[in-house]
Amino acid sequence: MHTFSESLAVAAALLAHLDAGLLRIVELSLRVSLTATLLAAAIGLPLGATIAVGHFGGRRFLTVLLNSFMGLPPVVVGLVVYLLLSRAGPLGALGVLFTPTAMVVAQTILIVPIVAALSRQIVADAWDEYREQLTSLGASTPRAAVTLLWDTRFSLATVLLAGFGRAVAEVGAVIIVGGNIEGVTRVMTTTIALETSKGDLPLALALGIILICIVLLLNAAAALVRGWALVRHG
Amino acid sequence: MADVEGLPIRCRDAEVVRDGTRLVGAVDLTIERGTLTAVIGPNGAGKSTLLRLLHGLVAPAKGTVQWGTHDRRPARQAMVFQRAVLLRRSAAANVRYALHLAGIRGSEAESRIAETLADVGLRAIADRSARVLSGGEQQRLALARAWALRPEVMFLDEPTASLDPKATRAVEDIVRDIHARGTTVVMSTHNLAQAKRLATDVLFLAEGRQVEHTPAARFFTSPRTSEAAAFLEGERL
Repeated sequence: MHTFSESLAVAAALLAHLDAGLLRIVELSLRVSLTATLLAAAIGLPLGATIAVGHFGGRRFLTVLLNSFMGLPPVVVGLVVYLLLSRAGPLGALGVLFTPTAMVVAQTILIVPIVAALSRQIVADAWDEYREQLTSLGASTPRAAVTLLWDTRFSLATVLLAGFGRAVAEVGAVIIVGGNIEGVTRVMTTTIALETSKGDLPLALALGIILICIVLLLNAAAALVRGWALVRHG
Repeated sequence: MADVEGLPIRCRDAEVVRDGTRLVGAVDLTIERGTLTAVIGPNGAGKSTLLRLLHGLVAPAKGTVQWGTHDRRPARQAMVFQRAVLLRRSAAANVRYALHLAGIRGSEAESRIAETLADVGLRAIADRSARVLSGGEQQRLALARAWALRPEVMFLDEPTASLDPKATRAVEDIVRDIHARGTTVVMSTHNLAQAKRLATDVLFLAEGRQVEHTPAARFFTSPRTSEAAAFLEGERL
């Protein structure tokens, strides 16, 4: 308990003084996870909407696959990306292993199924409601998919926040493909793991506090956006 | 309406089946240009299914539906559903969406939006989000979105079913106006008084069958079938 209170005090000091090392780690974490979330949105939203409204064989199989991949173990994703990007791997020539780019790739792979599966469900529910009206108005299937994505944008924003939350809190994949190199690929979660194993708890605790605050802020923002949207747009 | 070609609508021995159950059968009728046909009948008679069949939203399992000389639904039709399905955007943007899908854009679209919203009394709230409008306003907006396309035929599926008398009257005025401007209207309703007020023709369904399709005046004074007479008696009770 003594260690905990002492660590907490040091962590508070680090936060209060906006320690440069701490900020660098936070900044890299946010940059990597936000980029991964944007990429996952670019891939997952159209994919989810296409599966929701499209007419093609294997839709049910794809749905099951996406739902299953929502629980992908991060270390397995990290291992696969490592094998792909390692010097002997098929993408080794890119030379991005142990860089933030590799971390972005791993996190994107990890959260694309989350974004795609949840957006598929949201768009499919909306499609049930809108299908006849959009068909009556003459909307093509791609046009209907775009319309539904826009009309469910507030629910989809929550999906993206969930994806970001998963990415920023993940440690297994990024530690494998990033290598936890100080000043290069060290992010909040990998630093927490490292510092805890070294017994340097204050930095780990400060980062833990920031991580929890980010998650809390995200949830609060999601709740506010949804509340505002409900009042403004119904 | 010079380029019209989706009328008359001819249904020949059409049948709609879903999951092995016949929803509507033995439909043999012609919807003539300029009519306002009220589709009436008890619950489960197949009124909504028939409208969807005539609009081309469902295909007949048997028989045929023909729009003018076409076997495929022409573009210049519109349908308003019992529960207005409005997009999560402004009233004007809902109308704009329908116009864009119909290939009408730019200043022509904007003037059509202003004109149509004025027609249904919603000009003042054009920028308000459609989903926060009252039930009556939402139904008027759904009518405006359909009417903005200047359709040759408009299908209305119980458009006043969940509205209060004032909102019902407003919707009826709009329907009357749309019909007076040359649009053929096919409207299902539970409200016999409404059918009397608006319709030129009545299509009476019972248990998924077409029972009568006659001019409204004749239907309400001397129905040809005992089923229709019994239905009218029941409604009077």
